[in-house]
Amino acid sequence: MQNNPSFLTTRLDKAIGWAQKYSIFQYPFVTACCGMEYMATACSHYDVDRFGAGLPRFSPRQADVLFVVGTISHKMAPVLNRIYDQMADPKWVVAFGVCTCTGGFYDNYATVMGIDTIIPVDVYIPGCPPRPEMVLDGLMKLQDKIQDHRVNGRRSEPEPRPEVFEV
Amino acid sequence: MTSVLIESVTDRFPDAVSASHAYRGDQTVVVRPEFLLEIARFLKEDPALQMNLLVDVTAVDYSAFGKGPAPAFFASSGVAVKPSSQIQDEDPWPGPPEKIRFTVVYHFYSIQHKHRLRLVIPVEETEAALDSLTTLWAAADWLEREVWDMYGIRFNGHPNLKRILMYEEFEGYPLRKDYPVNKRQPLIGPVN
Repeated sequence: MQNNPSFLTTRLDKAIGWAQKYSIFQYPFVTACCGMEYMATACSHYDVDRFGAGLPRFSPRQADVLFVVGTISHKMAPVLNRIYDQMADPKWVVAFGVCTCTGGFYDNYATVMGIDTIIPVDVYIPGCPPRPEMVLDGLMKLQDKIQDHRVNGRRSEPEPRPEVFEV
Repeated sequence: MTSVLIESVTDRFPDAVSASHAYRGDQTVVVRPEFLLEIARFLKEDPALQMNLLVDVTAVDYSAFGKGPAPAFFASSGVAVKPSSQIQDEDPWPGPPEKIRFTVVYHFYSIQHKHRLRLVIPVEETEAALDSLTTLWAAADWLEREVWDMYGIRFNGHPNLKRILMYEEFEGYPLRKDYPVNKRQPLIGPVN
């Protein structure tokens, strides 16, 4: 301990990370049918409260994880962007369902081809809709990220996407 | 007996009705655009008709009709793409209007009499416009806005004719057949 002066702070960071990952205050940005599966996950059968994520906050200013659940249209995109900007750091984003990950089967004039073209995303949960088990798996992956984010600096950057997609 | 409504409209407006058809009790009259408001008022206020519910207003773009193969989705799914040969269609659909790009389709229902009627209005591509029915049915407000938004068909006399589903910055009319289905116009973020 005396040889490693950063020992105490890393221990402290780990403790804070541990506390943070079990007190997720999520903002559910629910726009479509994935919301049903989101509710199923939140209810007692799957009980998202086991992971400390049982209290959704309906103000982005009180939330630290943005759950984007359902198709995002181009009309909605500026709203989502503003919600993200309103959240206080540190903040994370979960893309729930394949529409938020890639646009899903919507290849049309109205739909955003993945919310990571607008805001950074930490965890992608594909599926149409994803099973609650997948949601919990994604949530645990998010917890791992939250646990370590103070130790290894900021969260990892989202994967870069090409400027223009060939469709 | 199945075409009572068609007959009552045709008797009252012999010059207006250009075609009609009925299939299993679904009655449709095709009328000229200039008679729309008159016929709509008749449908609503005639005691034998009393169409007090405007169920839907929509439009059809016939510019690509019959020019390509039918989508495989319909052909292979077993959904009947034409009327069943088992049931006689005494008054068949005459086909799309010739040389007319759009039709606007109104669905009316009478809660008292429990009957419905479909009104089809052919609309030219240039100066695509019709009279608004907002003075008769308040429900026409949003439905006509949707038709304007998706097809670019104007409704004269509408109190607030602006886009309802798309955003004001959107250019073009997405349900027109000449609009590329995946041409995106993002407000923020990349075009992809």
